[in-house]
Amino acid sequence: MSATDKTSIASEAPAPRVEARAATNTILLCAGGACISSGEESCLQALRATLEKYALQDVVKVVETGCMGMCDAGPLMILYPEGVFYQKLKPSDMEQIVSEHLLKGRIVESKLFVDPSTKVKITSAYDDHPFFTKQVKIATRNMGVIDPMSIEEYIARDGYFALRKVLQEMTPEQVIDTLKKSGLRGRGGAGFPTGLKWELTRKVPGKEKFVLCNADEGDPGAFMDRSILEGDPHSVLEAMAIAGYAVGAQKGYVYIRAEYPLAIERLTEGIKQAKEYGLFGENIMGSGFSFDLEIRMGAGAFVCGEETALIESVEGKRGQPRVKPPFPAQKGVWNKPTLNNNVETYANIPPIILNGPEWFTRIGTEKSKGTKVFCLAGKIKNTGLVEVPIGITLREVVYDIGGGIPNNKSFKAVQTGGPSGGCIPAEHLDMPIDYETLKTIGTMMGSGGMVFMDEDTCMVDVAKFFLQFSVDESCGKCTPCREGNRVMYEILERITNGEGEEGDIERLETLGQSIIDSSLCGLGQTSPQPVLSTIRFFRDEYEAHIREKRCPAKVCRSLIRYHIDESKCVGCTACARVCPVAAISGSLRKPHRIDPEICTRCGSCIEVCRFGAISKITPI
Amino acid sequence: MVVDQTLEKVREIIEAVEKEQSLEEGDILLNCLHRVQDVYQNFVPSEAAELVAERLKVPLSKVYEVLTFYTMFSTKLRGKYVIRVCNSLPCHVTGGSQIIDALFKELKVGFGGTTEDGLFTLEKTGCLGLCGVGPVIMINDEFYGNLTVDRVAEILADYRARGEAGV
Repeated sequence: MSATDKTSIASEAPAPRVEARAATNTILLCAGGACISSGEESCLQALRATLEKYALQDVVKVVETGCMGMCDAGPLMILYPEGVFYQKLKPSDMEQIVSEHLLKGRIVESKLFVDPSTKVKITSAYDDHPFFTKQVKIATRNMGVIDPMSIEEYIARDGYFALRKVLQEMTPEQVIDTLKKSGLRGRGGAGFPTGLKWELTRKVPGKEKFVLCNADEGDPGAFMDRSILEGDPHSVLEAMAIAGYAVGAQKGYVYIRAEYPLAIERLTEGIKQAKEYGLFGENIMGSGFSFDLEIRMGAGAFVCGEETALIESVEGKRGQPRVKPPFPAQKGVWNKPTLNNNVETYANIPPIILNGPEWFTRIGTEKSKGTKVFCLAGKIKNTGLVEVPIGITLREVVYDIGGGIPNNKSFKAVQTGGPSGGCIPAEHLDMPIDYETLKTIGTMMGSGGMVFMDEDTCMVDVAKFFLQFSVDESCGKCTPCREGNRVMYEILERITNGEGEEGDIERLETLGQSIIDSSLCGLGQTSPQPVLSTIRFFRDEYEAHIREKRCPAKVCRSLIRYHIDESKCVGCTACARVCPVAAISGSLRKPHRIDPEICTRCGSCIEVCRFGAISKITPI
Repeated sequence: MVVDQTLEKVREIIEAVEKEQSLEEGDILLNCLHRVQDVYQNFVPSEAAELVAERLKVPLSKVYEVLTFYTMFSTKLRGKYVIRVCNSLPCHVTGGSQIIDALFKELKVGFGGTTEDGLFTLEKTGCLGLCGVGPVIMINDEFYGNLTVDRVAEILADYRARGEAGV
């Protein structure tokens, strides 16, 4: 079969829904990055071996899908036709799943998802649990459903139909108009209207133009781009071809971090398949439109997520930002007009083309349409990836979807926007999450990473941590960012070491503001935000560190000491045995003591004490 | 001649990259360096850098400009296994500092250091995007999540065994 034959089949085939799969026994196994790191591959091997043992390998189809979302419960599995959801799998569970569930139709209770709040076992969590049911999946529509390595499965879910519609029925102007009407805004952080960006790039004269995909996801706590590329690479590839048609570009680059080898592998395979099907290359679907795409890898530089630095890096140079204007739309890669969008933005585009802009505008708020993918990490029960309508309240995300804060602790704050954003404290839990509202309290939507913090998190320590990140990742071009952040870091280090002085908070605020005012690129301009934001909402914590030499969350090692309550200590010696520096003394069945001079505050003793006799004290 | 054979391999790499990726000239430097680094145990020696410069027709200074900017490239010999510890907030709030302490203790090196047996180099990295299962480390291309101090010891023992077996 030639490539053109395949294309015509692909474009004329009806769109069978994936539910058709439910007719046969199918096992979906999550092969997202997180599940792989928790042992998915050995589970798959064990599953295949067990199926063979019972001679079921031909009647049960095993599919490795992209990320299903609930990362901390991985590895995950869904069995169809019943839709039973199993979690925290181990290779040794496969025997029971095959012999009990598949052969006898008995559900393996021990592997079901247990609601962390109600402790109720849920048979088909994927259909019944708020973590999944509160979601509206557009950008992640195929993730956890199809095999990302199969273009046929993507096509079966209406894949490349948007590209066909665009090439056969729409002019570039109509495509841009559709996007403008949809209200889609850039999902990489700044929220610039996507349709407008496309229009600007189209209007710049030039025969040769480029389309870029920014897959240099570096914000700590954000992993949606990785998950989309690993779980549904074609959704991004298709949108890039649509973008090429709309802005008049013939070539594209996906710029991706080298830290994501699995995403690179699946993307490479996706491009290869699309080329075989004639969906990329010369004269796509006989339309006369040609588009070619290649991958460029980063090499460990956070700044390359900034669009002009990314362009430098694509050209094979150091990733240092350029001065804007000219904007990439005017002079981008090789000084040619260039359109640059983020992975999640692209993934939204095919459904908008197919369903129309009105469909999209029904979701979201007045100024922020559609959905946003958020990554839940840190101190939250259900960590993972969720796609929700923009405008959902933080409370719903924390308690309904996230299941609340683990270990009966209370919610303290959530960091959004990574090192460029700020924190949202508990008093704003009922705030709707959208671009504008987040800005009013000094943070930003960012790429969608949410790092949750409980009462045991020290906000000064968190600010210091982000600043350390910005110091490490500053490309060094602008002095305010390169030197200013370092000075801010030193001040924070003094504060957390108990050497803070009156006036330090004000110094941080002034210096932070000058870095914002005088840095060239978006990274420098936002790097002091975590400090300014924590000062805004948790000034009392800073003051406690400076004035009372006290760390209220009992985190900063110089401001705490460990203490054994002699009335509770039974002299079991567990703490003395685990202490790596022999700071604990005492004889068997007699109360023990910690020598604060020797103690390094590593916390090992608290973890092993079964009598609750050890506590942290601040100030010293 | 071991050296000549390796250089021959670098030549092949560049030709292969040029063949696969040909959108524009000159933008394949990073991809070439990645592959060269795979051939020489996680670093780019000067003779390979010179050859890359010559073949891609870029000044040697530009090759070094790039090599020293990006943290994943190294101009010094690194261990067989490069351990990258995620140093981001999500891993930090879930106990990352204990994992870092454990690695320091087990490997007896600091960040940037290589163990005496030449097996491991310890580095820190930005977010690895596996925040749902933090703390996370990456060893060459493999990821390990939900780490505990005991699990770190197990993983290292596994790699030591692999190192002895020459895999």
